[in-house]
Amino acid sequence: MMIRRLLTAAFAVACLAAAAPEPSGPKADQAAFQAYFFDKFPDVKHEDFGNGPYAVNAKMRKQWQEIMEFPPYDFALDEGKTAWETPFANGHHYADCFDNGGIGIRQTYPRFDAKTGQIVTLDGAINACRVQNGEKPLAYQTGMMASITAFMAESSRGKPFAIEIPNDPRALAAYEKGKEFFYSRKGQLGFACASCHVTGAGQRLRGDILAPALGILAAMPIYRSDWGSMGTTDRRFISCSSQTRALPYPAQDESYRDVEYFLAYMSNGIPITGPGTRP
Amino acid sequence: MPTIRMKAISSGDTTEVQALVQHPMDSGFVKDASGALIPAHHIETVIFEHNGKTVFTALWGPAVSKDPYLKFSFKGAAKGDTLSATWIDNMGKSDTGTGKIA
Amino acid sequence: MSLENPASKEATRRTALRLLAALGLYGIAMPARAADAPGWPDKAFKAKSQDDVLAALYGGKLEMSDKVSIETPEIAENGAVVPVSVSSKLTGVTSISILVPENPFALAASYKLSDASLPMVACRLKMAKTTKVIAIVEAGGKLYGASSDVKVTLGGCGG
Repeated sequence: MMIRRLLTAAFAVACLAAAAPEPSGPKADQAAFQAYFFDKFPDVKHEDFGNGPYAVNAKMRKQWQEIMEFPPYDFALDEGKTAWETPFANGHHYADCFDNGGIGIRQTYPRFDAKTGQIVTLDGAINACRVQNGEKPLAYQTGMMASITAFMAESSRGKPFAIEIPNDPRALAAYEKGKEFFYSRKGQLGFACASCHVTGAGQRLRGDILAPALGILAAMPIYRSDWGSMGTTDRRFISCSSQTRALPYPAQDESYRDVEYFLAYMSNGIPITGPGTRP
Repeated sequence: MPTIRMKAISSGDTTEVQALVQHPMDSGFVKDASGALIPAHHIETVIFEHNGKTVFTALWGPAVSKDPYLKFSFKGAAKGDTLSATWIDNMGKSDTGTGKIA
Repeated sequence: MSLENPASKEATRRTALRLLAALGLYGIAMPARAADAPGWPDKAFKAKSQDDVLAALYGGKLEMSDKVSIETPEIAENGAVVPVSVSSKLTGVTSISILVPENPFALAASYKLSDASLPMVACRLKMAKTTKVIAIVEAGGKLYGASSDVKVTLGGCGG
């Protein structure tokens, strides 16, 4: 009789424990995401994840260190600095549009904008600043947009990603859409971003080493040897969509902004390494 | 904006120079989006001078990478000295830049 | 209605070009080209083989030597930008050249050293495919060499 009561009690406790909900939502996702990569690459220092393939392959890292002795994005940085210091026709500057004069804030983008209910990337914020001040928006992906974001990134070098998801169902929805985009298979090859950057992270895809998704945007914008020029997050997303035989979206499309939000939030704590160089 | 920038660091009698040049270095073998060959447009010579004397000369062909980099070392210069570099390309364009030895 | 014979059309074209060339008017059909930079060894840069490059640049025989070292990555992260370093323990080095035999033109770069120069150079080169990279150091009128291999593959992202 005693044993039966004990067993019943034990069973009840077990049921309660099983019924207790697993923590869910972005914070839990982030912990699981980071734990996955920290476990998969135990020899990589956590703060090194912003260096993509160079964090997970020693021979690639050596080439990268040689190129970083005098990085090819130096010209873009200079161009960005000059643009930053040049006033608009109305006398205002980019600095007037941003917290802290735009210095040391890159790691807080993308942000959720409560007014529009949309995710705003740094690139989007730069163009919003221009339009507000009577200037034409810059083309995305490369050129002056990459130079200005390079300048802003450089001022945040070493600062850990600090993305916020405010207590607003629209922000959470954008995060969830970004997460879904990241994990869903697309296009003729049926690749998801996760196929290469989670499952395949650290492995070779022909000549390339696949970067882990953790910290993957920390080095933006980048000078890619493949392009022989600078490229922003948009440029990389669009070219990756094409290369995986999926239909690319236009720059700053909601899908791309949402997945950038998701990826940046997943990388909270990983220091900014931009502007960067890549193969 | 200068197309050639230099970082020169002196250590004792030796100065290590790193230069980065902004140049397309088109090899002449690459086609553009319409299938037409992009004509060769690359730097041919870069001459580095210190105190009016040529200390190093680079002779480059189309196989040198875009936005070319160079590192070399020489003796006989001191902190505060000026180094100058002039490049000339196959289309007759040229530019000069200077750097202070740190 | 007769169809034009492409062969005879081509023959006519060639005759016309020969005539133009003979009249020195061929230059008008070509875009104007600047003269090469002074001192640029154009024969060496247009040579296809290692031997032709050496003959054009130096005219001596190459002896492989452990007094020359060349450093390249084993697998290039991108064939468009491959870091290459050359250094030497020899004294009196007057020139360093770097050859990439699998490229369309074998000579990639050549450097003229002054008597103030240290015998070393580093640069970034384009390599069309997997290749040997050969460093040639001229010292005391003789040529010394070293080589290393670089694997160049297609990028995985299909770009």
